[in-house]
Amino acid sequence: MGAFILLLVLVGGLAVMAIGMYNSLITLRNRCDNGWSQIDVQLRRRYDLIPNLVETVKGYAKHESGVFEKVTLARAAAVNAQTVKDQGQAENVLTGALKSLFAVAENYPELKANQNFLMLQEELAGTESKVAYARQFYNDTVMKFNMRQQVFPSNIIANMFGFKPREYFQIEEEVAKGPVKVQF
Amino acid sequence: MYEQISRNKWKSVALVVFFMAFIFVLTWFFEYVTGWGKGGLVLAVVVAMGTAAVGYYSSDNIVLGISKARPVTKDEYPYLYNVVEGLAIASGLPTPKCYVIDDTAPNAFAAGRKPETAVICVTTGILEKLNRVELEGVIAHEMSHIKNYDVRLQTLVVVMAGIVALLSDWMLRSFMWGGGRRRGRDRGGSGGGEGLMILAGLALAILSPFIATIIQLAVSRKREFLADASGAMLTRYPAGLASALRKISADTEPLEAANKATAHLYIVNPLKNLKGGGGVNRLFSTHPPIEERIAALEKM
Repeated sequence: MGAFILLLVLVGGLAVMAIGMYNSLITLRNRCDNGWSQIDVQLRRRYDLIPNLVETVKGYAKHESGVFEKVTLARAAAVNAQTVKDQGQAENVLTGALKSLFAVAENYPELKANQNFLMLQEELAGTESKVAYARQFYNDTVMKFNMRQQVFPSNIIANMFGFKPREYFQIEEEVAKGPVKVQF
Repeated sequence: MYEQISRNKWKSVALVVFFMAFIFVLTWFFEYVTGWGKGGLVLAVVVAMGTAAVGYYSSDNIVLGISKARPVTKDEYPYLYNVVEGLAIASGLPTPKCYVIDDTAPNAFAAGRKPETAVICVTTGILEKLNRVELEGVIAHEMSHIKNYDVRLQTLVVVMAGIVALLSDWMLRSFMWGGGRRRGRDRGGSGGGEGLMILAGLALAILSPFIATIIQLAVSRKREFLADASGAMLTRYPAGLASALRKISADTEPLEAANKATAHLYIVNPLKNLKGGGGVNRLFSTHPPIEERIAALEKM
């Protein structure tokens, strides 16, 4: 009788542990989805700002059509990206194209004084840092989720219910966060 | 960085526990020393709880009112809102409401009882004088105060300190007015032992406001380091906050809307320009020295 109760307690304890591990895996997976949709919201916002920006710059710098084309193409590629990895690469290209657009704008003092341009520039800078923060939040969550699937004993539960590790959202160069170098 | 956060958290918890024990001892003394006995204690607790409840629920509005802060919209300050929204995403919290103080002295604080109703308040000076990376560092520091429930803790500590001050004040009064009456009533009772008790109570009554003040400041100092560390975790760029702290502390302009009661809320002591340095000042100051905070950030 004593041994039976002991066994019952043991099995019950293991079941409670397993349920806890399963639930925390589900919570983390939902958090990953939520993190990804937050990145998505900010990326959409960025895509919406870009045509406005291009139009504004065009008004002052008609001859720089090469740059406009590059930005427009990069934007289209980013909008149509399917996987996490493609999205990351397309974002890199777009960031580079926008950089050259702002470099062009530097040559037009009237444009730099335009209120609309300044507002778009601030919105774009704000959105870009939001993308960076959303990405950071997503990657942190993915790390937790993937780690939970690999460590013992929750890896048993993860295997049993077929949890898959998520992909990190990577960008190649740390443009946003690196210290700013100023050269004279 | 992770270690530092958990160590700071433990120290903070220990301080709060110590504070609660202190309040317990004080109330116990009150029961022992005054002639009121149990009835007086009940009255004291009721009044203290009433004060605490009112202080707790309106604390954020009181603080914002004292600081002459006004709520601003995103259209007025898109730059501030973009930075705050970005860090809200990074910390996984709802976006706090933004308030602005019209003052050229650079400073900032956060208030509120929970992340959902929290506010972040900055001066117009800080918006003009810091660049984006530095402002992100400052807002990340405030966001960490919100995320760690520092804002609530600071409110609780302020309320606790208020209760201690109230109780010790009461004890002193009961010696002056009620003490004689009690002696008259208990004539012929025990002598020396009771006198000693009254002396100890008197010492405690005089000391308690000082003790409470120091504890209150200690809590806020530990948590400044913690908020610096977790703020750096959010931006992943400690140098931004370090540079902001350097700029803010180098600024000599005093913040008119700040006073001794609200000083500990700000990221850098807004009263810094009103007094000199020195050992005693360090013990009583609301913030750890800026150099120590910058050094800690640079070590990360």
